[in-house]
Amino acid sequence: MLKIEGLTAEIDGKQILKGIDLEVPTGEIHAIMGPNGSGKSTLSYVLAGREGYEITGGTATFNGLDLLSMEPEERAAAGVFLAFQYPVELPGVGNANFLRTALNAIRRSKGEPEVDAMQFLKLARARMKELSMPEDMLKRGVNVGFSGGEKKRNEVLQMALLQPGLAILDETDSGLDIDALKIAADGVNAMRGPNFSSLVITHYQRLLNYIVPDRVHVLMNGRIVQSGGPELAKQLEESGYTAVQAA
Amino acid sequence: MPAVTETIDAVASVTEGPYKYGFETDIEMEFAPKGLSEDIVRFISAKKNEPEWLLEWRLKAYAMWLKMEEPRWPAVKYPAIDYQDAYYYAAPKNKPGPKSLDEVDPELLKTYAKLGIPLKEQAILAGVEGAGDSPSEGGRLPVAVDAVFDSVSVATTFKHRLEKEGIIFCAISEAVQKHPELVKQYLGSVVPQADNFFAALNSAVFTDGSFVYIPKGVRCPMELSTYFRINAKSTGQFERTLIIADAGSHVSYLEGCTAPMRDENQLHAAVVELVAMDDATIKYSTVQNWYPGDENGKGGIYNFVTKRGACRGDRSKISWTQVETGSAITWKYPSCILQGADSVGEFYSVAITNNYQQADTGTKMFHIGPRTRSTIVSKGISAGHGQNTYRGQVKISPKATGARNFTQCDSLLIGDQCGAHTVPYIESRCMSAKVEHEATTSRIAEDQLFYCRQRGLSQEDAVGLIVNGFCREVLKELPMEFAVEAQKLLQISLEGSVG
Repeated sequence: MLKIEGLTAEIDGKQILKGIDLEVPTGEIHAIMGPNGSGKSTLSYVLAGREGYEITGGTATFNGLDLLSMEPEERAAAGVFLAFQYPVELPGVGNANFLRTALNAIRRSKGEPEVDAMQFLKLARARMKELSMPEDMLKRGVNVGFSGGEKKRNEVLQMALLQPGLAILDETDSGLDIDALKIAADGVNAMRGPNFSSLVITHYQRLLNYIVPDRVHVLMNGRIVQSGGPELAKQLEESGYTAVQAA
Repeated sequence: MPAVTETIDAVASVTEGPYKYGFETDIEMEFAPKGLSEDIVRFISAKKNEPEWLLEWRLKAYAMWLKMEEPRWPAVKYPAIDYQDAYYYAAPKNKPGPKSLDEVDPELLKTYAKLGIPLKEQAILAGVEGAGDSPSEGGRLPVAVDAVFDSVSVATTFKHRLEKEGIIFCAISEAVQKHPELVKQYLGSVVPQADNFFAALNSAVFTDGSFVYIPKGVRCPMELSTYFRINAKSTGQFERTLIIADAGSHVSYLEGCTAPMRDENQLHAAVVELVAMDDATIKYSTVQNWYPGDENGKGGIYNFVTKRGACRGDRSKISWTQVETGSAITWKYPSCILQGADSVGEFYSVAITNNYQQADTGTKMFHIGPRTRSTIVSKGISAGHGQNTYRGQVKISPKATGARNFTQCDSLLIGDQCGAHTVPYIESRCMSAKVEHEATTSRIAEDQLFYCRQRGLSQEDAVGLIVNGFCREVLKELPMEFAVEAQKLLQISLEGSVG
């Protein structure tokens, strides 16, 4: 389970997270909603270990491991996966090569045997079919020349291959049309199970029609100001964030 | 024995350091007296039992060299070289040919084992009679190897098998004896003695190197390869390679090189000449891994090399591929003279400079014949305090109607203490010619590294992956067997450059 207590963080001297308390028990999917600039992406980057953020207080543990003291790759090995809001392009690096290198890095750290190129292709093809991804996406450079929707689907593919224990989805719905949104949601729903938890960060309620969360939290101005069941997302959609602010 | 202690120390430091070929072989050597003079030139020529014409050729080069000045235009800095403070000839002492592996000098054997040359080839390299003709093990494609140890070629493999096709692959000193007419006709025909300071020096004192002749219409059945090793202290290496591809023939050739880790700088001034006749193709690949010096810039090889190919025949093609990871200073411009109509020149380069390495490298494409085409793809990577310059010249003569050139120069910077420079010279005297130049400079972005690490890759694996991606267009030009090795080498060269 993911447990965050009193987490504060700043960037360039500006405080963004002002004391986050959050628990995501194993097996649950929680949504974090909030207006632009509320600290949603910062929270995801801080949990994944991106440089440039200064943690000024609080703790974050995953299955008892102190995430904040670990390198990004150690967090990945521990099962933390971040689906990027803006997936990064790696020119010249073949998508298949990248995915296999990542998969084997994770497998190595778990003490599992590495997969060879043939085994990997078999695995990847099966997953890609589920995600309706054309097979030539394996041959192209990582995210190079991918449409917005293809990039997001590539993130979901990576998640499906790496089988993380905690998936943080940072606005995975942005830039997706309704069909792509359904496919991405199916990818997450397929992961649901007693050993999987997820933090779905989104601006809109739309995604939560397809990934129904166990809990919804509203993040505003660096703090979680309200928590509730899936119905909270619908309320927000109708009344807007300003209503929460006023309350 | 201090030499043995030094060897042990060198090996010990290798296991920690990233340069794994830095060991020294303790072997009985024969040296010419230190310094350079007409007598030394005569000494080398006599050692090689050379005919009179070649001695004259050398002496002429020496006389010209004396009047020449070291080039100052490359963007590299180094203290003045004392040409009298080096050995110009060093060779393992010649003993009667050993009959089995047990009789071969164990130090030489160990050297080859450490360099990763397969056992079957080891037998051949050390000159065991009859070991060269059995097919290779494990279904790997055989690669014929000429091994140059300091000043001499110690052995050439698969010679007899190649001879069946009429291919000559041997040490150039052997070619001088056995095929003097070919050597006389082509030596210096692409790089004349007085071409430049280092070429003149090489012409005067070159000791060994490889000679290749592919007869008309023959497609060489295997990769040819020369492995250069500088071992002895205070020794310059001056090898000379000459490759002739007769009409309609095809050959792929690869050179590799390593040297022990030393505090002093050692000079390597080679000359490579290629000649391609009608419809012939020469593919020349280099994986250059001379000792680059330590992380403070102490020691390392000065790699001052002249490489040039002449596309003499119509529709001929010469393709240079180089992966330059070693040397303290690299100064080299593998070039193509495109004389034949519709001939093609290519240059694919990856040059890495880390720590205090400096590289000034690029190519020259001389378009002389009509419809000649050239492609230049250069990838420069700078890390640490490295300085990396691409210097290229594209020259199109009035007769080269319809000539085309495409140049792409990409620079990648790692860290904030290094430099990348691009110096293209383009000169077109033909209205119908088309010349394109593209250049980019980029850094490894923080978000790229983070993306890779978030997926479980270590910082170093992430850099390796991104750099290999950056170099992909060049690496794919390398023969399969060496592409994998080159990828690993790139990563090793950049170890510790980030974070």
